[in-house]
Amino acid sequence: MPNTISPIEAATGIALQQFLTVAAILFTLGAFGIFLNRKNVIIILMSIELMLLAVNINLVSFSAYLNDITGQIYAMIVLTVAAAEAAIGLAIIVIYFRNRGSIAVDDINSMRG
Amino acid sequence: MTIAGFFFYVFSIVLLGSGAMVITARNPVHSVLFLILAFFNAAGLFILLGAEFLAMILVIVYVGAVAVLFLFVVMTLDIDFSELRAGTGSYLAVGLGIGLILLAELILMVGSFAVAPGAIQPIPAEQVTNAAAIGRVLYTKYVYFFELAGAVLLVAMIGTIVLTLRHRVGAKRQDVAEQVGRRRQDAIEVVKVQTGKGIF
Repeated sequence: MPNTISPIEAATGIALQQFLTVAAILFTLGAFGIFLNRKNVIIILMSIELMLLAVNINLVSFSAYLNDITGQIYAMIVLTVAAAEAAIGLAIIVIYFRNRGSIAVDDINSMRG
Repeated sequence: MTIAGFFFYVFSIVLLGSGAMVITARNPVHSVLFLILAFFNAAGLFILLGAEFLAMILVIVYVGAVAVLFLFVVMTLDIDFSELRAGTGSYLAVGLGIGLILLAELILMVGSFAVAPGAIQPIPAEQVTNAAAIGRVLYTKYVYFFELAGAVLLVAMIGTIVLTLRHRVGAKRQDVAEQVGRRRQDAIEVVKVQTGKGIF
């Protein structure tokens, strides 16, 4: 008879669904932040970081509850991509501000054909 | 409630509260500081889940590097952020609707799924630390992912340098090639000076 109660749940009394709910709410906050701060690229980048953090919480909680370390490897890959994305995004913001003197998203249409 | 359950609620509530403050704060510097608080509480959740190594990586990489980078950019750029806030009202209803639908879908999905029997791996007989367990698979089974992550970081580093590098006109900078290529006949001239007269 395979067990359906994870050892970590037996030890801490926290269900997997509780972690997944927290991650779902955090992901929604990140998605909503993009709409709320539609003009501010910096806050949009921070919202993307929040969404990636929610994904990481999902990966790590499944990794812990299923006793499979692979989820944590994936979380590290996501962390790497998030760091690279933040560096590139902020570099683009800096050069855009240097050229245009503003970071309003509405103004970023000068490459439109 | 167990002590772990208590800390789960503390970390989760502070995480979600600071996440909400990140997207609603008027001052972007406050947003970055709340983002740092959110990362710290997510690291607390990771520790509750037994992923200590990832929790420390989160604090070092996100708080130590990414959040400081955000703070640096926010403080460097001279932007009127109140002007950027204006006129978001028309998209607020759409965003709220999409957010609520997304949240409802995710909560329904979370509430209805069940772990398949046999999906939970047995605890290995040999107890190792979390960092050792990650290292054992990261450098063997997932070594190509590891190399690829390094390549991603290298590309990001080169891209960032290339994007922000600029040659300002009129700035005095060293030109090594010109220095090395300088010949004696270009630089000095031997002049016979007559007594009582200047050179020119």
